[in-house]
Amino acid sequence: MSVLGKIVRTGRVAEPAPPAPGVGAGRGCDSSPAAPLASSVQLRHVDAGSCNGCELEIASAFGPVYDAERYGLRLVASPRHADALLVTGPVTRNMADPLRATYEATPRPKRVVAVGDCARNCGVFAGGYGVEGAVSDVVPVDVEVPGCPPAPHVLIAALRGLTGR
Amino acid sequence: MTGSAVTVGALAAVTAQLVLVVGGAPLLAGLMRQVRARLEGRVGAGVGQPWRDLRKQLGKEAIRPDGSSWVFTAAPRVLLASTLLIAAVAPFLSTVSPLDGVADLFAVVALLLLGTVALAVAGLDTGTAFGGMGASREITVAALAEPTILLAGFALSARVGSSNLAALVEGMLTAPGQVLSPASLLAAVAFAVVVVAETGRLPVDNPATHLELTMIHEAMVLEYAGRDLALVELASALRLTVLLGLGANLFLPWGVATTASPLPLLGAAMLFAVKVVAFGAALAAFEVFMAKWRLFRVPELLAGSFLFGLLAVSASFFLA
Repeated sequence: MSVLGKIVRTGRVAEPAPPAPGVGAGRGCDSSPAAPLASSVQLRHVDAGSCNGCELEIASAFGPVYDAERYGLRLVASPRHADALLVTGPVTRNMADPLRATYEATPRPKRVVAVGDCARNCGVFAGGYGVEGAVSDVVPVDVEVPGCPPAPHVLIAALRGLTGR
Repeated sequence: MTGSAVTVGALAAVTAQLVLVVGGAPLLAGLMRQVRARLEGRVGAGVGQPWRDLRKQLGKEAIRPDGSSWVFTAAPRVLLASTLLIAAVAPFLSTVSPLDGVADLFAVVALLLLGTVALAVAGLDTGTAFGGMGASREITVAALAEPTILLAGFALSARVGSSNLAALVEGMLTAPGQVLSPASLLAAVAFAVVVVAETGRLPVDNPATHLELTMIHEAMVLEYAGRDLALVELASALRLTVLLGLGANLFLPWGVATTASPLPLLGAAMLFAVKVVAFGAALAAFEVFMAKWRLFRVPELLAGSFLFGLLAVSASFFLA
């Protein structure tokens, strides 16, 4: 029953939603209202060699404070269920093929979101012996989210461009 | 009233029931997620989110894994069709139905099991480790849960002398005192545990998990995409609604129409919606306080609910 007390005392912890960016705010999105992914986007997260900084920010974006689920976003367990891939980290040699396979396993229409500076241009890992390249060297990227790591509100603003909510 | 007029009214009742259940099932799933979100301090995606997800998934391509056969393609259709049939024949709104002969306890349990087996076989058909693991777990749970549904039903049917669901509901309506009888209460507890297990809710299975090793239902459907996934998700929402509806009408039958005329049907539809929404919200709130149980504790839970079912049957014979 201590949980009940906690629920009553805490109430709502989600921050008020910033104004909607509108469909098409992110690059690579269809701006018509009947966009295939409007108001519902399932995301599959792929760690292609990240330092786990971006993972912490993704986890907090889907936590109670930022509550990304209210914009129609949801993390799913399989690329077959996904509409968009959240790729973090520079693509390491061992993860290049799994990333391609994940991209192939995602049903069309699909989007790829490169999360963090490493995913965009390899960041501090550029030129490393185990690094194959940035995400866009392996699969086509539609939306890029800058930051090392990107703050949850930046990540959510980019993802809201996909759902338009 | 002539015979054909009764049939037309009854057909309209079946159609209304089917529309209500199919239209409401994703809303019920959305409502349950919304209740959980609010209790967890979140805002939530809104009650209509499952419908938005379904609309989008129906417009996506259905990728089928290499090496999978027609079994994989057929399973979601079999699952959805068997669940739709239950949604059409069960006495949710009215005890008068042209499909009365199918609304039998055994037929309904067999149809539920048909859907479960279809999906389990499809999980094996994908040839992935998680598909096979999910199928084996689902069948383990189903083998323990399905007999309990039958037993809980027997406890009610022993009094009425029929296994027809409409007759069970009518028997309960004519003797309202039976609702609080030991047999009904024990059967209701057994049935509630089975609903939790059959629909893959906490503490048996976590519908929101991302961790493949803990999955039961989700592990079987990992390979479904696009349209096929939409069918599977609609069918799981329907199963939840159908089982909650059966529980609501078998153990709290008030409001079910005994004729096929429009006014009682309207009242029955509203009361049915209220009952199912209340049960769904209670189930979602209960989940907030629960953690998922270790898999090997689940048979203990189901054996406990089987015992409740057995006691209910004994009580209905000896205390009646």
